[in-house]
Order: sequence, then C-alpha cells, then structure tokens
Amino acid sequence: MSANYLVRRFFSTLLVIILSSVIVFAITNVLPGDAASMVLGEHATPQDLIAVRERLGLDQNVVLRYVEWLGGALTGNFGESVAMQRPVWDVLSVAISRSLILAFSALLIVICIAIPLGVLAAARKGTAVDLVVSLFSYLGIALPEFVTASLFLTFLAGPSLGIFPAGGYASFSGDGVVDALRHLALPALSLTFILMAHISRLVRSEMIDALASDYVRTAVLKGLSRRQVLFKHALRNSLLPAVTIIALDIGYLLGGVLVVEEVFAYPGVGRLMIFAINNRDLPLIQSTAAVIAAGYAFANFGADIIYAWLDPRVQYD
Amino acid sequence: MIRIITRLWSHPIGRLGLIAVGFNLLLFIFGPMLPPYDPEAFGFTARLTGSSLAHPFGTDEFGRDVLSRVMVGSRNTIGFGVLSTLIGTTVGAAIGIVSGYFGGLFDEIVMRFADAFVAIPNLLLSMLIVIAIGVSTGNAILAIAVSFAPSIARVARSTTLTIRQTDYVKAAEARGDSTGYIVLREIAPNVMAPVIVEGTIRISFAIMLGATLSYLGLGAQPPASDWGLLISEARQYMLRAPWLVAWPGLAIAVVSIGFNLLGDGLRDVLNPRVRD
Repeated sequence: MSANYLVRRFFSTLLVIILSSVIVFAITNVLPGDAASMVLGEHATPQDLIAVRERLGLDQNVVLRYVEWLGGALTGNFGESVAMQRPVWDVLSVAISRSLILAFSALLIVICIAIPLGVLAAARKGTAVDLVVSLFSYLGIALPEFVTASLFLTFLAGPSLGIFPAGGYASFSGDGVVDALRHLALPALSLTFILMAHISRLVRSEMIDALASDYVRTAVLKGLSRRQVLFKHALRNSLLPAVTIIALDIGYLLGGVLVVEEVFAYPGVGRLMIFAINNRDLPLIQSTAAVIAAGYAFANFGADIIYAWLDPRVQYD
Repeated sequence: MIRIITRLWSHPIGRLGLIAVGFNLLLFIFGPMLPPYDPEAFGFTARLTGSSLAHPFGTDEFGRDVLSRVMVGSRNTIGFGVLSTLIGTTVGAAIGIVSGYFGGLFDEIVMRFADAFVAIPNLLLSMLIVIAIGVSTGNAILAIAVSFAPSIARVARSTTLTIRQTDYVKAAEARGDSTGYIVLREIAPNVMAPVIVEGTIRISFAIMLGATLSYLGLGAQPPASDWGLLISEARQYMLRAPWLVAWPGLAIAVVSIGFNLLGDGLRDVLNPRVRD
C-alpha cells in the first residue's frame, strides 16, 4: 500500500464528510418549513419567529451560515443547543464517549461469537447446526432493532427475571464496574444480535468457498487435523471480507444505534440525535448528524486501509 | 418472467422466498378484509389477556383483538415498504444509469454526493427529511425513497460502466442511434437484474425503517393501523403484556424474511456466475 493511496483515500474521506454535512445542512435549512418555525412549532407568533431567526442567525444567507458553522466545527465550536442552552460540543462529546463504549462492547461480543458460529455452520454445512445458525441470522436481519431491543427488555429486564436494569447508564468510575456492566449488557446484546446476523452469514459463505478450494484439499490430503485446516487455512482467508464488514458495521454501530439507545434510555449519540429531532433543536441536529456521518466515513476509510494491509494481492497505485 | 419464476421454484431459497412473498401478497389483499373481530371494538371484560382460542394473539389494553389489529395493519405496512422501495429504486437507477453512461465531471459530482448520502445512515437521513417536510405517512414514504436512491444509484452505475463497454452498445453508437434510445433500450434492460435484486432485499429494509419511523412517532400517526405504531402504542404495557410487542414484531420479521429470501434467490437465479 503506497503512501499516495493513503493520502488520496484520506482526502476523499474528508470530502465525503464535508459533503454529507452540506446535505444535512441543506435538508434542515432549504426545504420548505423554515428552521425557525421548525423550532417553535406551528403556533408561533410572528414576533417569536423573528426573534428565533435572529438568534440562530437565520436572517443571514444560507451559504454564509454554512461556512460559519463549518469554520466553528473545525475549531471545536459547534454552537449552542437551543433546547439545553448549553454548548453543543459539551453535550455531544460526552454522548460520543458513551456510544463508543457501547459500540466496542457489542463489537467484542460479536467477534467472539459470530466468527466461531460462522465457522461452525460452514463446517457442518447442511446439518441442523447450520440450519439453526442460518435461522438466527435471518431473524437478526429481519427483526427491526426496536423490536429486538424491546423483546430483550421485556424478557431479561422484566419483573419476572429482573437481572438487568430496564435502562439508563452507569459510569465505570462512579457506581462500580458491575453496575456499569449491568447497564451496558442489554443494549450491547441487542446490537450484537443484529450484527451477528451479518457477520456469521458472511463468514459462513466465505468459509464454504474456502473449504471447497484446492489449498484446503491439499491441507487435508497432507494429513493435517481438521481443526488446523479449519482455523489455520480456511478461516484466515475467509476473514478478509469479514474485516471489511466489521469495519463497516462500526459505522452502522455509530449511526444505527439510534433506536437501541432510545429503547434502553442509554444516553449516547443516538439518543441525543432523537432528543434533538423531537425538540427540533437545529444546532444540535446538524452537529450530531455530521458527527455520525463522519464516524461512518472514517470507519469506511479504516476498512479500506485494513483490507489493503491484510491482503498483499490488493495493489493500489 | 415465467422462466424466472420457474427457475426460482427449483432453487431451494428461491422457492421459500416465492412462498413467503406469495403469503405476503395474500396478507396485503385479504388481511384488512378478514379480521375475526372489529379491530377497534373495545372489550372491557378481556383486557391484556394472553393467547387463547378466542384471541390467538391476545388482547391489548382496551381489550381489542391483537390478531385483528395485526391483520388490518398488514396492507399499510407491506404497501409502505413496496411503494417507497419502488420510488427509491426507480429514481436511483435512473440517476445511476445516466451518471454512468455520460461519465466525466457530471458522473464525478453525482457519485461524490452519492457517497456523502450513503455516509448518513438511512434511518437518520429519513428522520431528517421527515422533520423538514412534515410528519405524515406519505412524507415517510418519500423520505425512505430518497434515502435508498443513492445506494441504488451506485449499483446501477457500476453495472452501466460494464455494459457501456460491450460490443452491442458500441454497435448502437456506431449505427448512430440516439442517446435516449441507447440508454433506454440497450442499457436500462441490462441494468435491471442487479437493481431488482437489490430492490427486493431493500423492501424488507423499507418495511423495517417505516415501522421504526412510526415507532419513533415520525411515520404513520394514530389512529392509522401500522405494525410499528402497534408496537409503539404497546410500549407502556410491554412488561405486563409482552405479546403486544412480540406478535406485530414477528409479523414484521415474517414479511421481511420473505422479501429477503426472494432477493437471495433472485441473486442466484439472475446471476450467470451462480455458485452453490
């Protein structure tokens, strides 16, 4: 992988981030129903509308406002939340750290469970084990996040079992590690269930291809043990696409956690986004959405880099 | 068409998909016509009861029959998914074909914007659009269509790039056929296969996205019947009556698995480099 490719890929990532912030800005500003009436609702008086327009700078040209916002964002100043009366970055940075904790716990569980499951399904292709894994994968894909999360909530946090709290967040430093983990468990498990479906399905199909290949047949004929063939020869080649999907799923985790966080009242980026949308808090909507898009774009960038690094066959100029 | 269905039928996943989507079609047509009870009829003697012979899916907080409510909601939910995907796929395919065929700076700009759109998660993008143009079912359909179009455009474009290089397109250009004719008669039909596969799988995403929007209060509004709305209304009683979430949730899963299976089957059947 050449430095040239790295630099070019980095700049195209930056371009994507800037363009997506333009899109977010355009949607919330240019479409009918101007931002001031969005903030105030349908029954605002004309005086209120004028006051809010001035406060948000809406009386200025939209391009000028965007440039101002971008300049602020690049220096860490994202403006002030209308609903919370606090600087957006203060609120957003705390939420990002919590969402990252959630996302990485989910990812860790997924990697520990989904990849072995995919290998198992491929090794026992066509048996009951394979069928059960495939069925769970389809369920994970076909159930919307809010249903999965609600069901987890009902059955694992309900009064009958009550192992886990029904929602909320406990910090690792404040209330002790056990309490923090109990709060983290259900949202992380819900995300895991959905991601597992993607990843174990992918690992399964890649493994099946790999197991049918000549080098695996050679390994078997050489008299290597089944485990060695599965994990050393086949899996290593099947993981490549899985790495890409995992990296892409980090993007999904950063953005798609919207609903899971909302169901479990987990105060991360997703819940902040929904709060901002419900309160029509324009500065908060713009910055949170831009941060989510940036996370997604960087995850993509990371996926490309890891892929190029892992696979020596991939040549970029 | 008949040939594709026959081939799907002889493909294990395709056959399952055909059966499941056939079931969805029946639900769409007959669901709202055949509920065993009036879905709005209150039954104060049987509130929040679990499954029984009289009420297989149980009853809700007003004693309304959940099975009837799920059946009545099927047409809206399935129709929502199909319609929004249809709009998004058509628009996206048109953009992708035109962008891929003409290439150059125009293509570059369109594709960079498509990348940027794809970086905004579908749910987030449709939420933003809905609050900008107003909360209603119609606007939710439009929002999901818009959020689908860019990734469909990318699929259509990459196929167009391959097809543009083929001899029959080169021949048409040499014949002096008009650009419109080449795009519509030579390129578009050949781009259809991957777009249809992508679109079929996306119907299940659209159904889930629509349900999620309704759940968050940004899609169908009460008293409309929609599976996402049913679950949203059940939130308060979820711990006492988990079936209020489970049945509509299962209904969403069954319907989306159907489109997913059909899409997977179509991918194998329409792909000449099919692998088992």
